[in-house]
Amino acid sequence: MNQADTAWMLISTALVLLMTPALAFFYGGLVRSKNTLNTMMMSFISLGFVGVLWATVGYSIALTPGNNWVGDMSRLFLSGVGLEPEGAIVAITIPHMLYMAFQGTFCIITAALISGAIVERMRFSAYVAFICIWSLAIYAPLAHWVWGGGWLADMGALDYAGGTVVHINAGVAALVAAIVVGKRRDYPSSSLIPHNVPFVLLGAGLLWFGWFGFNAGSALAAGPAAGLAFVTTMLAPAATLVVWTFLDMMRSGKPTAVGAATAIVVGLVAITPAAGFISPMNAILLGAIAAVPSYIGLIIRAKSSLDDSLDVVAAHGVGGTVGALLTGVFAQKSLNGLADGALFGNPYQLVVQGTAVLAAIVYSGVGTFVILKLVGLVLPLRATASEETSGLDITGHGEEAYMHVGTTMSAVEPGPGARAPQSVLKPASI
Amino acid sequence: MKLIKCIIRPNKVDEVKDALAKLSIAGMTVTEVRGHGKQKGHTAIYRGKEYNVSLLPKMEIEIVVPDNMADDVVKAVVQAARTGEIGDGRVFVLPVLESYRIRTGEKES
Repeated sequence: MNQADTAWMLISTALVLLMTPALAFFYGGLVRSKNTLNTMMMSFISLGFVGVLWATVGYSIALTPGNNWVGDMSRLFLSGVGLEPEGAIVAITIPHMLYMAFQGTFCIITAALISGAIVERMRFSAYVAFICIWSLAIYAPLAHWVWGGGWLADMGALDYAGGTVVHINAGVAALVAAIVVGKRRDYPSSSLIPHNVPFVLLGAGLLWFGWFGFNAGSALAAGPAAGLAFVTTMLAPAATLVVWTFLDMMRSGKPTAVGAATAIVVGLVAITPAAGFISPMNAILLGAIAAVPSYIGLIIRAKSSLDDSLDVVAAHGVGGTVGALLTGVFAQKSLNGLADGALFGNPYQLVVQGTAVLAAIVYSGVGTFVILKLVGLVLPLRATASEETSGLDITGHGEEAYMHVGTTMSAVEPGPGARAPQSVLKPASI
Repeated sequence: MKLIKCIIRPNKVDEVKDALAKLSIAGMTVTEVRGHGKQKGHTAIYRGKEYNVSLLPKMEIEIVVPDNMADDVVKAVVQAARTGEIGDGRVFVLPVLESYRIRTGEKES
């Protein structure tokens, strides 16, 4: 047990947990005002449902010995997950319980990421059912393959903090979900523009802050590896932001704020698998390169009929893939003690990385499709046309994000027979 | 001149604008408003208490047109904004006494 490591991991776990509310602001700002709460709730609800499922079941599927494909379920309901480091799947110097919590925050945000592809039209109950099953059936096994001693780990695939498990996984699931759930009824005819760009910037900023826990926390110790991951997490998104700004200038003559927020997320996604494996200068290169495919992906998506509403595929799918592959190029054994990449005389690492990417794409793609179809048999996936028109905040949650209280509402006293509206205002002649 | 004041569903603004563009209407003023007619509100729940939200969000479009165009404009708006359900809104036509262009100060006729 090491107390410095424990302190850092306590902070890191809280930092990663904060990323889910940050994502809620990022996504919430990008939708129309009538769907703000529904969109933000799609992230927040994951903190509850997926959080409970991770501790009770998911952790046992993902991070227990088992076989190459799935854990042995030995930690159901956290049995044997104690305050000592012993018993965890990897060698750690922090309480086993804390390791479980840290990993749980990853599962929570991964499920929430998918929501960006289906906002403004998926029914909330179907969404919750979907992420519950998805986090157990897709996320947990994939986490086992990469971090739980599964076949991708055996093969030597490098994924520092979840490029494959989190971002490619969520990106592909988002693509499939956008197709299965279908596009919004007014897509692309109506002006589906962000209602609060400051929210988007706030979300992106908080995501970056939380990402220091995500990447540097993945060192699982307060040591040099955390330092390296911290620095690369600072530099890669910086480079993406610079390149993105120039791309924006070339394309439209103006550096956009939504573009800047997107660039930061793309850079963070791309550095995630590489964070503790590559040098700071190569992180700048990686971040700069990663801007281009995601930028192009975003433009292609905007011209297509795919309603990936908040560009989860371009940011997380494409960004994650580029990051995972570039990890196989820039990895440096002198820094990470594990493996060299193509740039340092080990081109085979690129093949391994490619295999991991492909495995994640196939498993997540097929699995997400099956789960959505199954959920669709029990619960309708789509909101009705009138719900979509009125907005999912009122129809789904009984609340509005922006309301002028006192001028528009009259309290309905609870109690039998007291449900009739008591308007304080004379009916207008509309 | 006539002032045509249209109170419509928020999601119908684009269609009404397109219909007006076809009539070569050059200018308009659009305002977010709240109100209600026959349409009932909805119930909201905040901190355990139920509320009836009686004033619903609508959009108001104001256009000033020559007298001879008023009928066509009203027809176009009604057609574009209609869903057939309660809550489609209203169109009011009002006389305009005078109109001035601020930039030049000239009186328009």
